[in-house]
Amino acid sequence: MASWGRKDLLGLEELSREEIELLLATAESFKEVSSRDIKKVPALRGKTVVNLFYEPSTRTRVSFEVAAKRLSADVINIAVETSSVRKGETLIDTGKNIQALKADIVVMRHNHSGAAVILARHLDISVVNAGDGWHEHPTQALLDMFTLKEKLGRIEGLRVSIVGDIAHSRVARSNIWGLLKLGAQVTVCAPKMLIPVGFEQTGVRVTCDIGEALKDADAVNVLRMQFERDGESAFPTQMEYFRNFGITKERLAKAKKDIIVMHPGPLNRGIEIASDVADGRNSVILEQVTNGIAVRMAVLFLVAQARDGNNNEHTD
Amino acid sequence: MSILIKNGRVIDPSRAVDAVMDVLVEKAKISKVAANITQKADTVIDAGGKIVMPGIVDMHVHLREPGREDKETIASGTRAAAKGGVTSVLAMPNTDPAMDSSGNIRLLQGIIKKTAGIDVFICGAITAGRAGKKLVEVSVLKRQGVIAISDDGASVDAETLMRQALQKAKTHKILVIAHCEDKLLSGEGVVNAGFTSTRLGLRGLPRESEYRRVERDVGLAKKTRAAIHIAHVSCRESVEIIADAKKKGVSVTAETAPHYFSLTEEALLGYDTNMKMNPPLRSPDDIRAIKEGLQKGVIDVIASDHAPHTENEKDIEFDRAAFGVIGLETELAVSITELVRPGLLSWTQLVAKCATNPGRILGIGKGSLAVGCDADIAVVAADTPWTVRKEDIVSKSKNSPFLGSRVYGTVACTISRGRIVYADEASSHPGTG
Repeated sequence: MASWGRKDLLGLEELSREEIELLLATAESFKEVSSRDIKKVPALRGKTVVNLFYEPSTRTRVSFEVAAKRLSADVINIAVETSSVRKGETLIDTGKNIQALKADIVVMRHNHSGAAVILARHLDISVVNAGDGWHEHPTQALLDMFTLKEKLGRIEGLRVSIVGDIAHSRVARSNIWGLLKLGAQVTVCAPKMLIPVGFEQTGVRVTCDIGEALKDADAVNVLRMQFERDGESAFPTQMEYFRNFGITKERLAKAKKDIIVMHPGPLNRGIEIASDVADGRNSVILEQVTNGIAVRMAVLFLVAQARDGNNNEHTD
Repeated sequence: MSILIKNGRVIDPSRAVDAVMDVLVEKAKISKVAANITQKADTVIDAGGKIVMPGIVDMHVHLREPGREDKETIASGTRAAAKGGVTSVLAMPNTDPAMDSSGNIRLLQGIIKKTAGIDVFICGAITAGRAGKKLVEVSVLKRQGVIAISDDGASVDAETLMRQALQKAKTHKILVIAHCEDKLLSGEGVVNAGFTSTRLGLRGLPRESEYRRVERDVGLAKKTRAAIHIAHVSCRESVEIIADAKKKGVSVTAETAPHYFSLTEEALLGYDTNMKMNPPLRSPDDIRAIKEGLQKGVIDVIASDHAPHTENEKDIEFDRAAFGVIGLETELAVSITELVRPGLLSWTQLVAKCATNPGRILGIGKGSLAVGCDADIAVVAADTPWTVRKEDIVSKSKNSPFLGSRVYGTVACTISRGRIVYADEASSHPGTG
């Protein structure tokens, strides 16, 4: 098995297949912790994890917080509204202040693409990207892959379709890099204007036909439609989107019987996914949430260990 | 004070000279160019094995003064220029205040007179405050000494206004320099729209926003029969449009910057904000087109678009970082490395793009080593390799896209109006003859 040497997790594009497999295998070993009576292991005891969130997020932030606590780390949450960021402090200054507090890991959500990359370059402590702009959301993709693997036993050779606002989705990008590296075939499906320039160059199949995307797919990952984003109204109305791209029972009836339906949440019921599908037998949406904890435990554990390893090398 | 430059390879496209000769400078002018000049001079520079060329005329430079002296000043910018072999610059008008009135220009002229180390020419604005609403008093600016007008950094969106600007410019014999960009198409874009912007999750600046505006402005130049100069050409379509217009006799000239023929958008992977400028770095195919454009004479000029910014404005989130990179100190070396060494341009062609052509386009009598011209000269050790390092940069700002790059060609000595304004270590102690 490969070893993990990175102090940061910034995205899946730069990771090797072996590194992703190691993350997933580590998550597997942590999953059992959450089903214990006492849901805690001492792996990160004495470590401090700071959740630095520049964008409102409940589920990702809570998931990281639960993951850190189950590893016995101390957790501090900083939301933009309550911090000095509003007073004009730069990202790097904020990061250096957190480092000066002797925190060990910063988990950051940021509205600008590349923010985690820039922060990691300036800090010695670990940076975990919890979503940056449209760029990457690596832990979401890892938990999606973890769930797929758990359900279907493998990633290699699977046909996975990603449906929705590809252009503005960090979830789509991270999933694509991860799935392709692990040997899945990926199809993306969206209205033409939500598929960015040159997207085929990633190695995915692109279609605007939802029937085509669902046909033969082993799994479909349904992205959240964000009609409010930047006032960019790529799709005029929610109903029009639902009619053309919504995942409905009727559409699923033409797909593989056991197709897995995933969604990163929060759901827009009746917009990108019908309620009966979200709650139906193919849906693994809540299992994704549970798996998110195991995956984030693995990430926090590995980056902390890598940094300790590096520090020891320095003192030797 | 007289200077004799001995045994250099003299390149002067204005007179089709490329030969080993001596150059004599007397009373701030070129007084003689010939083999084996025996006359005595106060200073003798041994240019054996080096290139002797007219000083670079960089027609696209942001010196930031007045208004943003934290980024650059006339003094620091002209020092950087001298180190880069540049002896004339055209200062862009997007200062604070903008160069849109005779009062503001007088203010700048005062600063230049006191602090400039080389010749600084002033480009006035096209519209008041560069706001694209109301034309400046072109004739007044011209009388005040402005030699070109541009709203650089912004395009004049209103077509009728741009047309009027060209008509006025023609009447008053002044050059219009067009920053070609359709802001509606650019939107909030920060990097070239393409696979790289997709990978980075950054908003794209589509090539259409540049070339559609080039198309419009070239069309207006044709209609008005005014001269137009297209600034910072970065994409294939723009090159093609300009080539076509030249064929049809439109009075159009064009420039590009060294980063547009040496760096592709892939340099952005890693979110290095020193690679962020507008227009953005584009694709390998665009680089090919820019190089071909330079070879075929479609692109007349290489200019730096020197755009200094402080670290505070660069070392932040990519979306929020300022557009623009510095270039005065690297433009010659990058051009030698990317164009002359691979054999794409001859030395004569390169010197034409850097000095002779911009001098001619601006009508300032610069960029030539003809007898009687201002003694603006660069002596260049063309084959000396060096690495661009932050600590060696003379400009107040360090936002170079070439930091860490290995390039060829160092400036041994720069002479402006007969004064040595820069000399490297080895040339600092020239002998007397």
